[in-house]
Amino acid sequence: MLKALIIAAAFAGAPENPSPTYPNEEAVEPYVQSNANAGASPFADKAMWAAFGGRAGVDRIVDDLVDRSIADPRISEIFKAHDLVRLRRTLKEQFCYILNGGCEYTGRDMKTTHRDLGVQNADFNALVEHLQAAMDREKIPFRVQNRFLAKLAPMQRTTVER
Amino acid sequence: MTWGWIALAAAAGLSATPAAAQEVRTLGKLLLTGGVTTVEGSAGGGLATWAVVTGYETREGIGANAHATLVELPDYQFRAHGAAVGLYDRVELSYTRQAFDTRGTGAKLGLGKGFTFRQEVVGAKLRVLGDAIYNQDTWVPQVAVGVQYKNADKAAVIGLLGGQDDDGVDVYVAATKVLLAESLVLNGTLRATKANQTGLLGFGGPGADDYTVQFEGSAGMLLSKRLLVGAEYRSKPNKLGLQEDDWFDVFAAYAVNKNFSVTAAYADLGTVATFKGQRGLYLSLQAGF
Repeated sequence: MLKALIIAAAFAGAPENPSPTYPNEEAVEPYVQSNANAGASPFADKAMWAAFGGRAGVDRIVDDLVDRSIADPRISEIFKAHDLVRLRRTLKEQFCYILNGGCEYTGRDMKTTHRDLGVQNADFNALVEHLQAAMDREKIPFRVQNRFLAKLAPMQRTTVER
Repeated sequence: MTWGWIALAAAAGLSATPAAAQEVRTLGKLLLTGGVTTVEGSAGGGLATWAVVTGYETREGIGANAHATLVELPDYQFRAHGAAVGLYDRVELSYTRQAFDTRGTGAKLGLGKGFTFRQEVVGAKLRVLGDAIYNQDTWVPQVAVGVQYKNADKAAVIGLLGGQDDDGVDVYVAATKVLLAESLVLNGTLRATKANQTGLLGFGGPGADDYTVQFEGSAGMLLSKRLLVGAEYRSKPNKLGLQEDDWFDVFAAYAVNKNFSVTAAYADLGTVATFKGQRGLYLSLQAGF
């Protein structure tokens, strides 16, 4: 009941383009939805999306990435108290958007989502290692992996604490 | 002068430690991103120094490496071994001992069989701007400045050859960029030096006691997370007038894991102490964290 009130209150003062709600996810503070929140520009052609095996491939990679990350004692603490349902969904959207898979990114921007998490470079790199392992499992060629990682790498500046 | 500089660099590294970080973390870097160890003990390729800081530490921690390097040439053998520490991915301090063994050639040079030139190299490197890996949305490379103090042991022979000094200081600025989308690693370094054959044959020569600026460059391609293959070029001064040639190599650096790597190269050191065609196998082992 309280949660519903908070959501209602949030929507009363929400911007014109409110973030959609998802029944299995915890509510978040309202924000303006924009693909710019994804933190990287998408590839121009469809080759990367195809190389990643489309939606099925990206979904498996994201799920594997999250599974590996929450099982890694180096970084698992960061994911505690995190809405993993929402994380999986928004990561899949983000990857799909950047890989030019035709998705809209509905999540928040990188700075907001990582605020106060205390992410360090070593944590960022640990996540990269898990993403590489997940891509390896999907047999994504190394050079194709690097093209994608090049899009994600600058997010270090907005996700890692100064 | 050298030690003051090192102390300054170390202080800069310590002040770069995040205040929030309570623990010193290790092994946080991605595979191969600390480079391998050069013949002078600095992190880089084989012959060329790069802007990366040795070890697998990130700015939240420390790293260190020990290395042993062997170059088998037709008329000589070059050996180096040493250690380096990386502090907070900001400062690198290194110490390496080089040996240039003339073996049978020593007798032909009138030095005696097995005559060996040796020198110590004490290095300090400070990363001053950029990040080679993360900043993929800009061309700005990672840039480091460094200094290498070299002290050669055969002062008498160096004097006979016309060398001005048996010790000297190299100063360099290095720029390294990983073009991740292309899986390329590029490096360019400018080095102000007086060194003859990196200092093993002393510093300066007859009427040539000024610093000259030399270039060293590397280009490599990542074939996997563990394997970088590439080529290097290093220009050399020619202060002794004995014909000192530029150096080239093609190399493969393989990281077994974050604790162990192997670098193999085919190096062309040209003419060394009047003996031409010094080309051979370069092998370097590195262990650390």
